[in-house]
Amino acid sequence: MSNLLEVRDLTVSYGGIQAVRGISFDVPEGQVVTLIGANGAGKSSTLRSIVGLVKPSGGSIQFQRNELKGSMTENIVKKGITLVPEGRRVFVNLTVQENLRLGAYMRSDDLTEDLNWVYDLFPRLKERSWQAAGTLSGGEQQMLAIARALMSRPKLIMMDEPSLGLAPIIVQGVFDIIREINRQGVTILLVEQNANMALKAADLGYVMETGRITMQGKGSELAENEEIKAAYLGKARK
Amino acid sequence: MDWLSKNLPYLMAGISVGGQYALIAIGYTMVYGILRLINFAHGDIFMVAGLVMVYASTVMPVYLAIPLVLVVTVVIGFLVERVAYKPLRTAPRMSVMISAIGVSYLLQNMALYVTGGLAQQYPALPWISDTITVFGVTTKRVTVITPPLVILLVAALVMLIQKTKIGMAMRAASKDFETSQLMGIKINSVISMTFIIGSFLAAVGSLLFFSNYTGVTPTVGAMPGLKAFVAAVFGGIGSIPGAVIGAFIIGISENIIKGLGWTTFSDAFTFALLIVVLIFKPTGLFGEAANDKV
Repeated sequence: MSNLLEVRDLTVSYGGIQAVRGISFDVPEGQVVTLIGANGAGKSSTLRSIVGLVKPSGGSIQFQRNELKGSMTENIVKKGITLVPEGRRVFVNLTVQENLRLGAYMRSDDLTEDLNWVYDLFPRLKERSWQAAGTLSGGEQQMLAIARALMSRPKLIMMDEPSLGLAPIIVQGVFDIIREINRQGVTILLVEQNANMALKAADLGYVMETGRITMQGKGSELAENEEIKAAYLGKARK
Repeated sequence: MDWLSKNLPYLMAGISVGGQYALIAIGYTMVYGILRLINFAHGDIFMVAGLVMVYASTVMPVYLAIPLVLVVTVVIGFLVERVAYKPLRTAPRMSVMISAIGVSYLLQNMALYVTGGLAQQYPALPWISDTITVFGVTTKRVTVITPPLVILLVAALVMLIQKTKIGMAMRAASKDFETSQLMGIKINSVISMTFIIGSFLAAVGSLLFFSNYTGVTPTVGAMPGLKAFVAAVFGGIGSIPGAVIGAFIIGISENIIKGLGWTTFSDAFTFALLIVVLIFKPTGLFGEAANDKV
């Protein structure tokens, strides 16, 4: 299986502070890959540097063997990568449908089919297509953020803490959708603090701590790992 | 009835001047909406548009000079943004504002150099500057055509913002730059578009304004610019309908005050209004509650 995304020795600094200290990881095509770790481990910085919102200070980011480092966000997005940002960040002043159309901003073809596709995935959004996105609940906004990202027909969709601040039942729904999207052929790179859910959903997992990757393996194996259980899954150390 | 017939000329002048302020105010409010920047150079762009007309009309017929004025003003507005604001995109907002003040003085001093400081006679535009009589009031035709023209332009602008793809991108960018970039929106193009629209409307405003007030000096942009700015704040900065309504209210009030014989206080009224608005309703008539961009 070929790797859609290959990150090598990536470093990201803010002023004098190194948030990401030389990490390397792969995202194989068609899989769900997760980066888990505590607050401040550098997960978000990693995603943001892949999509060009922050400039990495070193290393390489290859997407389908093309170097992304140094490209403008709009050009990276055009290559088929999209990010569902942390905190959803829907355009609250626009309607649900306008949000979805913005997701397909770079495309000039007919969007009817894609709108139907995401409305099938998220029937709730169809009911509310004319409402301002700001009137949606948190869970609905998360669905909208994911649907909006799908509208660009991405090859790789990255999600930054999609379960953050949502009720457990909604979180379950978000992960169901992640599996469904993946089943339909979209590769997913998922950043989560909810390690339990993320590892269950993931084919491949990486554990980040203070800017470094400290552990990696199959999602199911990491979920059973005693150290991870102790650190992230709330199990007391013996 | 007697009061009305006596004040009709002032009312008409007020609506007309209000419309001209509105065209300038839209430039302030749109740029603020997207960049959170008070573009202090905007009034001077308006002045430059006047000067371009003065010089263009000496070498070419008016029907060529008018489109030239529109094009040159738009190009200047575009260049100002690219040269003075774009390099400061990630700088603190105060730096951009200081840069805007710098551009304002630069344009004024360039105009001073070109004109030698003398007021330049604005050419009489055929048809627009003709004297006509409506309801027994003798005035220039510009007074009558300004309000419908402003309404037409504002309607076109609102359509552009509400119905087109670039308009949707502008609304998105005004809320959240980063997420807009994630949608593939070219932020710099959207910002340029904003400056192009603002400068275009300021150029139209200058054609109408100077048809009534014939002298163009290097600092002539300051007063209309300031009043348009007050209009934008009064209407709720960032809101286009707010800026337009604010501008009409200010234009009409000023002229009614002149009609009452208190001409000396007509400017003072506008700035007193600014103070009152800032104290009692800082978000203006249609402004959203101030929330800083994240």
